[in-house]
Amino acid sequence: MKPSKEQQLWMYEHMLVSRYFEESIEKIYMEGKSPAFNMANGPIPGEMHLSNGQEPCAVGVCAHLEPSDIVTSTHRPHHVAIAKGVDLDRMAAEIFGKKTGLSGGRGGHMHIFDPKVNFSCSGIIAQGMGPAVGAALSRQMQRKDGVAVAFLGEGAANQGAFHESLNLAAVWKLPVIFVIEDNAWGISVAKRASTAIERNDQRAAAYGMPGHFVPGNDPLAVYEVAGEAIARARRGEGPTLIEIETYRLAGHFMGDAEGYRPEGEKDALFARDPIPKMREHLKANEGWSDADDAALVELTRSRVDAAIAFARDSAYPEPEEALEKVFV
Amino acid sequence: MTVASKERKLTIARAMAEAIAQEMRIDERVFVMGEDIGPLGGVFGNTRGLYDEFGAERVRDTPISETAFMGAAVGAASDGMRPIVELMFVDFFGVCFDAIYNLMAKNTYFAGGEVQVPVVLMTSTGGGYSDAGQHSQCLHATFAHLPGMKVVAPSNAYDAKGLMTAAIRDNNPVIFMFHKALQGMGWLGTEKDAIVHVPEEAYEVPIGKAAVVREGSDVTIVGITSGVHHGLKAARRLAERGVSAEVLDLRSLVPLDRESIIASVRKTGRLIVVDEDYHSYGMSGEIISSVVEQGVPLRAAPQRVAYPDIPIPFTRPMEQWALPSADKIVTAFEKMTSH
Repeated sequence: MKPSKEQQLWMYEHMLVSRYFEESIEKIYMEGKSPAFNMANGPIPGEMHLSNGQEPCAVGVCAHLEPSDIVTSTHRPHHVAIAKGVDLDRMAAEIFGKKTGLSGGRGGHMHIFDPKVNFSCSGIIAQGMGPAVGAALSRQMQRKDGVAVAFLGEGAANQGAFHESLNLAAVWKLPVIFVIEDNAWGISVAKRASTAIERNDQRAAAYGMPGHFVPGNDPLAVYEVAGEAIARARRGEGPTLIEIETYRLAGHFMGDAEGYRPEGEKDALFARDPIPKMREHLKANEGWSDADDAALVELTRSRVDAAIAFARDSAYPEPEEALEKVFV
Repeated sequence: MTVASKERKLTIARAMAEAIAQEMRIDERVFVMGEDIGPLGGVFGNTRGLYDEFGAERVRDTPISETAFMGAAVGAASDGMRPIVELMFVDFFGVCFDAIYNLMAKNTYFAGGEVQVPVVLMTSTGGGYSDAGQHSQCLHATFAHLPGMKVVAPSNAYDAKGLMTAAIRDNNPVIFMFHKALQGMGWLGTEKDAIVHVPEEAYEVPIGKAAVVREGSDVTIVGITSGVHHGLKAARRLAERGVSAEVLDLRSLVPLDRESIIASVRKTGRLIVVDEDYHSYGMSGEIISSVVEQGVPLRAAPQRVAYPDIPIPFTRPMEQWALPSADKIVTAFEKMTSH
């Protein structure tokens, strides 16, 4: 299933939004954090896990999803949230801890919830998987359309929740797709040092479900494999496990010196940055011009700038509002 | 005789199953999942009959994968279902607590109230039958300490049915703790006072409301589940000596009905808290400090009768020695009144 030109442009556009969003956050994050780096300072305090480089995973999968489909994501959620259609203004405001944020500042960057598009995430490794299985169960029991997609990192494949969730989804033949974004590093520990097999898609065999590996951080290849898995789930044929080779162009979090990376790795990754590659692909195959590109870049930048401005201009919540929304 | 013939005495196990069945009949979103809750009817009998009436889709046995099915309960609840999920022994929380305290308890808050997680997590507590340290704990405080979950624990079948109905209808996660020795399963020993009249029709016992189960004026004995029965036995013993003890059944740990506790202690001026959970950092300390913080005039220093800070031992002499009992409550009262 090859993507149409329109679908390719949708993917490219969302890659651009995501990348520029992260670049904007990266700059603002450093405000107030120099000369001494203190995570608690500046307009965006706390941990910050950027998704630069991992955009193909998000757009290749979410291109097949409706707002009514469910996505659970990870501690590194922005690219997936953007591709799933999470409200960009309210997400930015949440990252700034503002009253207008998705939860009014209670969650922050690792706890992005937008029920309008059925998006949520958890900051604990592999723990979005059970909820995705449960949402898929809900759709199956209600005879309601919809699939659930759980995004996870390659490090999550060594968690108990991973294995339990795969087994449960397979036993109950649920419409759920598990998408591993393999960026090769669990903070500082390389995949080869933490994982007994080279490719996690092979683990699907242990649970009697199809497993696919997508090399090259290629959004078009992700689109094809994810499309097949999602269509299969929609037909009621059960879960699929996909592992995508992707690259983390940033550190694990802001402030990560990345001393664990071998010499030259970062340069090599930037040489394979999926965004210029996608642009060249569109130019070579889809009649995409420099003028088209400049216009789209401008459009996506203004959208992100507007979201950031909305976040900056929004008020903080009253401190006492912390006591609300524990129960409903 | 006519009164007796109208009595419909049920065990807590049967009362729980009846509440679940009645809610399942009127609300298609309600379903049950857990280990051995299907054809077996639950290891502690609280899902008996449900599988036959509602079938395998709505009464579903799970693999022994608490992390997955507890997480699945969160996901299903967030998507509009109302799962009742069983953690067979509360002691097993260790294999799945992330799904409970980081997801179930927090997702509503993280969503600014825009996501509801109406899960009922029912789980067995308590010892006294030599099941040792991984199958006998209460862990009341562990769950009550962490914000975002309501916690209820009945001492009798009437409250069990009403609290279960209220829990299923609640839009928040509710931890429903049932004590094994009160369950009415013969093989676990049976507390006869837990088997009481239960109306056939559905009703709610409000979550967060304690009950005065025996009125008195000299001392307030506060307990939950087994602690209530120890308290009632101690009160009968004290009555023989002319001491009038009031017994308060908390029924809910979260929200905690501090008003009822304080009102009772204002009247009696003495407080004993009974808890089968561990002594330190627990329910007993919480209740005593709630009273002390309010400056309630006391005639004696409050006492607690709780489980010592040790893993629960297996052998009968050790375990029975460590458990709260009516004797220990009477002794505590004597200490409060000896000058």
